[in-house]
Amino acid sequence: MSQNILPKIILIGANHKTAPVELREKLSFSPEETIAALEVLKQDKDIKESLIFSTCNRTEILYIPSKGEQIDRIIEFISVQRSIDISKFKNSLYIYKNDDAILHLFQVASSLDSMVVGEPQILGQIKESYRTAVGNKSSGVLLNRLMHKAFSIAKKVRKETGIGDNAVSISYAAIELANKIFSDLSQKSVMLLGAGEMAELAVEHLISNRVKNILVANRTFKNAVNLAQKFNGQPVKFEERVDALKDVDIIISSTGATDYVMTEKQVKLAMKKRHHNTLFFIDIAVPRDIDPKINTISNAYVYDIDDLKNIVESNIDQRGKETIKAQRFIEEAVVKFHNWLEGLAIVPTIKALNDKMSSIVEIEYKKTFQSLKHLSQQDIDAIKRMTQAIASRTIHDPIRFLRNTGDHRDDSLYLNLSRQLFNLDIPEDD
Amino acid sequence: MNLQTADIMLQISTMLYFASMAGYLLFLFNQKPGWQKTAFYLIATAVALHFVSMVIYTISIRQLPIQNLSQSLSIAAFFLGCMFLVFQYKFDLKILGLFASILLSATMLIVLMLPEAPIEKNSVLKGFWLYSHITLIFTGEAALALACGTGILYLLQEKGIKTKNPGFFFKRLPSLDLLDNVGYTCLTTGFALLTIGLITGFIYAKAIWGRFWGWDPKEIFSVGTWLIYAALLHLRLYSGWRGRKSAIMTIIGFLIIIFTFLGVNMLLGGHHQPFTQ
Repeated sequence: MSQNILPKIILIGANHKTAPVELREKLSFSPEETIAALEVLKQDKDIKESLIFSTCNRTEILYIPSKGEQIDRIIEFISVQRSIDISKFKNSLYIYKNDDAILHLFQVASSLDSMVVGEPQILGQIKESYRTAVGNKSSGVLLNRLMHKAFSIAKKVRKETGIGDNAVSISYAAIELANKIFSDLSQKSVMLLGAGEMAELAVEHLISNRVKNILVANRTFKNAVNLAQKFNGQPVKFEERVDALKDVDIIISSTGATDYVMTEKQVKLAMKKRHHNTLFFIDIAVPRDIDPKINTISNAYVYDIDDLKNIVESNIDQRGKETIKAQRFIEEAVVKFHNWLEGLAIVPTIKALNDKMSSIVEIEYKKTFQSLKHLSQQDIDAIKRMTQAIASRTIHDPIRFLRNTGDHRDDSLYLNLSRQLFNLDIPEDD
Repeated sequence: MNLQTADIMLQISTMLYFASMAGYLLFLFNQKPGWQKTAFYLIATAVALHFVSMVIYTISIRQLPIQNLSQSLSIAAFFLGCMFLVFQYKFDLKILGLFASILLSATMLIVLMLPEAPIEKNSVLKGFWLYSHITLIFTGEAALALACGTGILYLLQEKGIKTKNPGFFFKRLPSLDLLDNVGYTCLTTGFALLTIGLITGFIYAKAIWGRFWGWDPKEIFSVGTWLIYAALLHLRLYSGWRGRKSAIMTIIGFLIIIFTFLGVNMLLGGHHQPFTQ
């Protein structure tokens, strides 16, 4: 019987684990492209609900087919939308169905599947793509419910496990340290020593934390100007770097110099000029740029690349334990969602409706016959038959309506509605 | 009857201080904001009860309850609780509650354990200047106690960062900047209150004994304490004694306050003595 078949939830995608960056770039959808693509999927009669989720690390399509699984169709759809040959990306795709798809979605939302596990941006990105899908009306009752569950499990994981606590990349560790030294990074200025690729990477992370000002000092002044321009900063001459110490709070050094470019004596003098306000040196150069003895000066802190690596490593150990806990939360949530989905099936709904009616009839018999003692057994049976008939007639049409699974109708919507209308036991999933 | 009610309220409020300390300890370990909130409400309730208890006491003996050590400590604790509530409201430095609740619980335990000392009616202990003197000195010292608390937190956090070994406290404590700022605000507030408190003390002395200064040991130590804090503030403003050095100084300063409060009277005597007998 078709009524017993659960709606299918399918997720097709590629992420940083399965596809190299060049491929991910080709597969990714911009916000405008996402809207256009959702429109195409909405027109497709075989796809009931759909949602596209695309970041720099992953592109995923989550959908509910009306019939069959429609996997080849979606792969073809990706190929057409992104103008890329199927053979070029098919092997990088993962395809999850039903519970596996739910599990994967929950893991992504909880940042367990991220490149930097525990990073907080992913949830916001997923919410954004959900809003887009809702805005386009391409998601329906099932995906809406599923996405809301994904958000709440992600919140729970963040709140109750330490997964987001520990910085597991060098730049995160450095930012976290800066946040424990300074109370408000938006009031602090940064100076970059060296204008190489490392400096650029470091600044990209700091920009996302929005510092007040960025100074760039480089031996080749032209490169300093170029990099400063890129980040709306100010270039300074390399010789001015010690003078500039009075105006900055964080120094990120990544020059190729073989000697220290900042010595203890220079910093000691600079400290006086800045009234001993805190200085934080992040030395990512090898060999080191910043004299480690500067760390002994009060209110000056020096972290070199090895120090940061040590912190990251101890954080990774800690994270492993928290991941197990998070995984448990997620698996529980998958089971609960599965139960809810099953409850949406037609047969259980009809059965619940019948049960409700019988129990109402039963209660009313008892009340009535208690006060009508003079009735004969024959009368009692006749009244019973009549009441039962009224009850079953009453729900006959609603049941026929539910059984008649139309071609283009969203069954789950009506089932959900019926359950609410008749106040039937909806399997608990919270 | 009335005094009994006041005593019972004091005992309940002590229990609440302890409960609050437990709440803050749980918060320290598991970092659930619910514990911090509970602990905060507990401490606020305790302070309110403490206040009512003191009011009842004052009405029934027609004098402020500062006649012996137990009562003086109780008042000191009450003002510390008030100051904590003010600073918590202003800075939302949640973990400071841990320090405050520990200090309050310890003080109140001593208050309840001290034997009842005989109370003599003392007509000297009245008047506007005296009440101002007491309130200002106690609130000032409470603020300086909180400065010491932030100083301790600062040193814990600073040590982890300086030695590149961020441990247990790294995530649980706020940034060095914030701790230093809160400590500085506590310090300046405390210093200002202490200064005015000393002045009212001199005026009161003039009114009662006819002289501003009586070479009383407590007077000497109080002015000494004041000088130490004045020096610390000066160094901070003009020689950049911020951060670690300032934190250490606030801790030392508070230890001297404790000595001035308890030690001087016990060891050296003087006209402040009855308060701490």
